Amino acid sequence: MNAVTLIHPLKAVVSAPATGTMPLVLILAMSALYAVGVYLLLDRSLTRVLLGFLLVGNATNLLLFLTSGAFGSAPIVGEDGVETMSDPLPQAFILTSIVITFAVSAFMLALIYRSWNLAREDEDELVDDDEDIDVGQSEALTTSEVTEEDVEETPEFPSEGEEDEEEVTIPEFTEVLDFGLGPVSFDADFGAGSGARDSNDRSARDGHNGQNGPAEGGSA
Amino acid sequence: MISLVPLVVLIPLASAAIALSIPGRRRAQQLITVTALVLVTALAALFMWVVDTQGTLVMQVGGWAAPFGISLVVDRLSALMLLVSAVVLLGVLLFSLGQGLADGDEETPVSIYYPTYLVLGAGVCNAFIAGDLFNLYVGFEILLVASYVLITLGGTGQRIRAGVTYVVVSLVSSVLFLAAIALVYAATGTINMAHLAVRIAELPGNIQLLLNLALLIAFGIKAAVFPLAFWLPDSYPTAPAPVTAVFAGLLTKVGVYAIIRSQTLLFPHSNVNTLLLVIASLTLVVGILGAVSQLDIKRLLSFTLVSHIGYLIFGIGMASEAGFTATIYYIAHHIIVQTTLFLAVGLIERHGGTTSLMSLGGMLKSAPIIAVLFFIPMLNLGGIPPFSGFIGKLGLFNAAAQLATPGAYWLMGVGALVSLLTLYALARVWSLAFWRSRAAAMSEPSAPVPATTEAMVLQGREAAMLEQLHDAPDAQPLQQQRATPGLMLGATIGMVAVSVALTIFAGPLYGYSTRAGAELTSPDALIERVLDVASLPGGSGTTSLAEEYDAYAGIGGE
Repeated sequence: MNAVTLIHPLKAVVSAPATGTMPLVLILAMSALYAVGVYLLLDRSLTRVLLGFLLVGNATNLLLFLTSGAFGSAPIVGEDGVETMSDPLPQAFILTSIVITFAVSAFMLALIYRSWNLAREDEDELVDDDEDIDVGQSEALTTSEVTEEDVEETPEFPSEGEEDEEEVTIPEFTEVLDFGLGPVSFDADFGAGSGARDSNDRSARDGHNGQNGPAEGGSA
Repeated sequence: MISLVPLVVLIPLASAAIALSIPGRRRAQQLITVTALVLVTALAALFMWVVDTQGTLVMQVGGWAAPFGISLVVDRLSALMLLVSAVVLLGVLLFSLGQGLADGDEETPVSIYYPTYLVLGAGVCNAFIAGDLFNLYVGFEILLVASYVLITLGGTGQRIRAGVTYVVVSLVSSVLFLAAIALVYAATGTINMAHLAVRIAELPGNIQLLLNLALLIAFGIKAAVFPLAFWLPDSYPTAPAPVTAVFAGLLTKVGVYAIIRSQTLLFPHSNVNTLLLVIASLTLVVGILGAVSQLDIKRLLSFTLVSHIGYLIFGIGMASEAGFTATIYYIAHHIIVQTTLFLAVGLIERHGGTTSLMSLGGMLKSAPIIAVLFFIPMLNLGGIPPFSGFIGKLGLFNAAAQLATPGAYWLMGVGALVSLLTLYALARVWSLAFWRSRAAAMSEPSAPVPATTEAMVLQGREAAMLEQLHDAPDAQPLQQQRATPGLMLGATIGMVAVSVALTIFAGPLYGYSTRAGAELTSPDALIERVLDVASLPGGSGTTSLAEEYDAYAGIGGE
């Protein structure tokens, strides 16, 4: 067959560069990376899974590198003789695989951040449950402490950007505020302001709570 | 003609770049996407005709000769896969256009969706025309990264959770694939598939087996065969309907395509065929049992998807020309029909507001067109005689009868049983969602609360069975029922028409599949074609490459 006669000379070159020995250190490093990487991949925490993926990916890159056999000179034509060159192909594979790993890790990080955000939103919802509301309505002191924390967090959300978060979280805060502080301190200080203008109303409340919270906490 | 080959990848990629650079202009993005996919479809159809009449197209990228450069190969199988994928991509795109126009693109962030969709198409096409293993890997990665974005589109909690499973499983399979490539390269010193076909045959049997299994595991995860398929029903159903449709149709089939390539070209004399037959029967049975026990239509269809991968592995495991022929026809049939069914479910979800069988009902009266659009692919998937599903299964059983081994007969039995169970699972969807009166459905709560068992008992055996079923863990809440836009309906009608066309033109298509199967079982022609230096474009390049060969030959002798 035409093909076979053509291949033979190539085969002699590409598959038999093993004139030296395989570097033992790299093999050990590869094994260690695989072991640690697989261990981390099995974790529940997404961040560890990502770290595990990075380690396993690097271990595979080392495996690819090891397939090129013994070390040689840089595979650049004209730099050195063909006999002493190392095999360039695995290095090309590794570069491609590094780029892909890089892109995927960026995506994974975004995914992890998003799921962390979602988990935190769930926690925010817990603040609104019935018992909390009961406690809030019975004792003004507790409520003011809760809202104080929330109010401290509020400036983060608009600056972080995403519109939907803004829409979701801010009305929740105002609900909490309505339950707790509305009857307690609102009428006293801002009775005139609590008219029809809604946006004014909200900012007034926020400002008020931010100032008033510590004072009440201190009185306790 | 040969220089047109890379265009099936370049056109979608370039269009994706353009579409991404004009995020605000939705109309222009849609126009670019549709144009790109129409072009790819036309190219694929052209390739199919050229390949069938004039033989395999081989392009050596950059004029580098085969074992050194990157070879792009379009043979009959690749051309068919390209055409079917392009048609599916186009059909689903039109469906999602309709959905986006109707909903004001609430579910699909505009600036991302169309470019990502094009990148997915580019990845699928790249995998199909890849002539070497590493390019196949790159193709897989392109489509996987695009699919990560599509499956987590919108970033709701449900989708993130499903997306995490999908992403992590895919990452593991990619790493395994890359490690397998490293092993193959270490053993043979090449990754060009045609070159590998020659080299691997020279390796000792146990090393061949090792390499074969390493590749098979990596491809098996992507193809979702039995022990490696548990990620699929958990991740696919949560994505938006068009995304699920295109994933279900294409992504697993790319894995199956890779298995076909590795079993025919790289390991034609492999001794894993018995293993493949065992895997096929387990995939068939376990998949369909999963489907039978589901109450959510999307999850049910995801399980039938897993199950029917078993038919494809069945054909590959027989390793005969008739087997490959039937597999090729069956892949084309299954890509189209599974996508069509998911599109129909998208329509059901819009019309009924849910995909849970507990709350759907009376749709035969309220939406007769959707009923027809579900009914035809349902019969088709179940393998009812006039349709392509029957023809594909007949081909498989025929090949098994020709093989006449106990394993083949056993799989014939399993295949027939699974075909019936598929029909049973889908007929349950039909009777609950379409035939049952709306009132009967409304009398049940959307969640299976024991307190309403009395109401369920009234419905006889069907209800007794329903009691044992559980709603999907991530079942979506009842959504607002929305009108079905004409474009979505039109796209689904178009896909149903294509699936019926597979039946009407079954003769020519099966003839084509037979020729493709013959090509697969005698890969020598392909190997010679890919490794042939004389066919390289540009005479001057040929001589210099020949000189290089001589230079290398001198070194090799030392």
